[in-house]
Amino acid sequence: MSTATSGTLDAKRSPMWSLGHGHDAISTRTLGFWLYMLSDAMMFTALFAAYTVLGHAVNAAGGPWATTVAHPEVAFKETVWLFSSVLAYGFAMIALKKGHRGGVMLGITAALLIALGFLSVDIHEILHLFRMGATPERSGYLSAFFTLVFYHGLHVVVGIAWMLVMLVQVAFKGLSERVVYRLLNLRLFWHFQAVMWVFMFTFLYLRGAIV
Amino acid sequence: MLVHIDGPWSPLLGRLTLSEIPYNNPILVGTFVFAALLAVILVGLATYFGVWRTLWRDWLTSVDHKKIGIMYILIGLVMLFRGFIDAVMMRTQQALAVGPHSPGYLHSLHGYLTPYHFDQIYTAHGTIMILFAATPLLVGIMNILVPLQIGARDMAYPYLNAVSLWLTAAGAALVMISLFIGDFAHAGWFGIVPVMELPYSPGVGVDYWMWAFQLSSIGTTLGGINLLATIVKMRAPGMSWGRLPIFTWASLSANLISLTTFPVLTVTLALLALDRYAGTHFFTAGLGGNLMLYNDLFWIWGHPEVYFVILPAFGMISEIIPTFSEKPLFGYMGMVLASLGIAGVSWGVWLHHFFTMASAPAVNAFFSITTMAVGIPTGVKVFNWAFTMFRGRLRFDLPMMWASAALFLLLVGGLTGMMNAFATNDYMVHNSVFVVAHFHMMLLLIVYAIFGGVNYWFPKVFGFRLEQRFGKMFFWLFTAGTAVVFIPMFTLGFMGMTRRLDYIAFPQWGPLLDVEVVGIGIYVLSVVALLAQLYVSFRDRAQNRVGLDAWETSRSLEWMTHSPVPFYNFAVTPEVHARDERAWRVEHGVDTVRPERYEDIHMPRNTAIPLWLGALSFGLAFGLVWRIWWLVEACAAAITALIVIRSFDHDTDYTIAAKDVERMERAIRDIPSGRPVADDAIGGVPAFREGV
Repeated sequence: MSTATSGTLDAKRSPMWSLGHGHDAISTRTLGFWLYMLSDAMMFTALFAAYTVLGHAVNAAGGPWATTVAHPEVAFKETVWLFSSVLAYGFAMIALKKGHRGGVMLGITAALLIALGFLSVDIHEILHLFRMGATPERSGYLSAFFTLVFYHGLHVVVGIAWMLVMLVQVAFKGLSERVVYRLLNLRLFWHFQAVMWVFMFTFLYLRGAIV
Repeated sequence: MLVHIDGPWSPLLGRLTLSEIPYNNPILVGTFVFAALLAVILVGLATYFGVWRTLWRDWLTSVDHKKIGIMYILIGLVMLFRGFIDAVMMRTQQALAVGPHSPGYLHSLHGYLTPYHFDQIYTAHGTIMILFAATPLLVGIMNILVPLQIGARDMAYPYLNAVSLWLTAAGAALVMISLFIGDFAHAGWFGIVPVMELPYSPGVGVDYWMWAFQLSSIGTTLGGINLLATIVKMRAPGMSWGRLPIFTWASLSANLISLTTFPVLTVTLALLALDRYAGTHFFTAGLGGNLMLYNDLFWIWGHPEVYFVILPAFGMISEIIPTFSEKPLFGYMGMVLASLGIAGVSWGVWLHHFFTMASAPAVNAFFSITTMAVGIPTGVKVFNWAFTMFRGRLRFDLPMMWASAALFLLLVGGLTGMMNAFATNDYMVHNSVFVVAHFHMMLLLIVYAIFGGVNYWFPKVFGFRLEQRFGKMFFWLFTAGTAVVFIPMFTLGFMGMTRRLDYIAFPQWGPLLDVEVVGIGIYVLSVVALLAQLYVSFRDRAQNRVGLDAWETSRSLEWMTHSPVPFYNFAVTPEVHARDERAWRVEHGVDTVRPERYEDIHMPRNTAIPLWLGALSFGLAFGLVWRIWWLVEACAAAITALIVIRSFDHDTDYTIAAKDVERMERAIRDIPSGRPVADDAIGGVPAFREGV
């Protein structure tokens, strides 16, 4: 089939050049962020795969294993902190929809403070494990365990830093197009790390209760 | 948590000492002198012609996708040359070091390269050719073409595009500097664990390899996001998915691969880095590490990467063949599905890289079958190209020569690939030079497509065609070199020669290795022909000026704007009516219709931040290699600060007024298109002009 001739258009009358054509900046930015999240999800996937491969008792090399390092009750506490933070950010987004600048800043500040609460529990737990001799260099199992914990923690730290920057931008630049798309992308990011935390909870922490 | 390293370390310079500079190695000193002379000459010329300002303002700080693409291609060509020199050294060493009585030079027992040096050379050759030659060349071509083919002004994220470029450049610079400061990895381009681990490779070689890889991997992931978003979001009105040019489809498939697999590589390298820096046990031989984990993770990236580089090559062939057959591409939809099919199946074949590593028979059988399944979409493509040529009015201009020769390489490489896909057969040839010859056929197919593509689109980007006489000489010499090097290599593989030998214990292999040296000599001559082609093309550029449509029978959107393409691509975004828009307009006699009026154009502003980010990433990686912690901290802090500062810069775009667009458009004098140059035509069925 010759596609070049398949059109039934009247070539002489249809427009050859498109005037008044533009691209939607916010949706373009959001699509890019979805694509980034896909790549980050692949990074988590690879880390979870490594954790699964190194998750056998033999990989603990005689050191502490899931039963002693993964505490679902601590992780539950962390989950409450983390999801509250996501909820607070959600309130900021409702304020954004209404164009309410103060509400946006209030919601982000709340999300930021609650995220700090998560981090303090997280760090406290990591230090506790270190004190009992469960360090990343102890065994292959612990290497994989801590790498996932740190990688998720890194997301929380980046999210907090991003919120700080956004607070300044909302305060000084208002809800301009650029600020809005960043707030929307940060919402995606903040949900993304929470979704990853669900997997962490299931595969890292609940495992401590069942193996 | 940091691993203790034996040997000297100072807070200021880390592990770096004067003895790390290989001033006693004549080969490296010679290389250094050559590189330094070249640098002096280039700097001198740049100063003499006073181009520093232009270089900075129009190139280094540019966010124009075409200029970024050209810079990618330049990096790719420089690294291709470097990788080629590595190849010359390997060929000559193997030909010299045959049998116990072969002479030794330069402190080596046989040949002129010590085993440790030879190991670094083959590692560098593989790393460079895949990641720093093929990938930048193809990414560069995609960068230039995809926005043009879909009628966009630039990429979706021009700034991110420049960041990707400079990250890749930083990685390439790291590989190059490892020549003169310290050494490079010696454990193969894909990294043999646990040899890559600190106890077995305490030097900085593996660190150089790892961080160079990592930088280019992050750059490519970001580039993949950019190209995908561009294709999804930036298409001109009327360009539905069914009208997307086939090269753009190929780029889309390739970047789906890069988006999903490069992150796995990033993780793999990060875990190796943790092993080497923080003392974890992911891939160590003891304490709960798992060696196979590395191999699986690496090749889960590694095999899709092969298709990441081959799909754009297929895309270029699919654009060149219809133009020079003067027919539409046969089986467009089949071609699209085949590209996506190859991208999909690429995820399920990685284990064929280690059939011999004692997997269960069912596992080997599964991967054997998936590997053979790759042949189906690839076969579809070959038949589509063949049917496109069938009864076409064929012209053998340079791009067509490269593209059609690529098909022969695909045939040889593909069929030998099928042989390797049988796990049982693979047990016989695994790690032999037969496999090496097989994947060189595939990678050379990519190189052929790249040279075809460069010849094809060069006039679009620079406004003049490349010269044909030296070009053909280059083609035939390159092809002769390919045959003379790799036919003996296939044979040697069947004779049992394994890869990576710095000393040949069997004198009966000597003659074939000598033939390979002749082949590499022909390759050297071909490089001279290429340089002559470039020189003559540049000298006679006035005679070789072309109009919009450089080949007179081109089909897609990029041929509807001026050659060379102005920085705003299209003065007014075209309205797309057909799959082969350019051909459709020619057939309907509307190809000369100009826009009735012009509009303001919105363009991204140039910025130096991506360049700084690249430089700082280089500093970060260099600091990590030598464990210079202050440098690492300073660079990491500066990178973070720059990213935040950039986010506060709201003045990143500017507008060109409609009257200025009109003025610039009127100033461009296009050479009018004439009749097709059909002096080499064979076949003779008028398939295009008379309107089938």
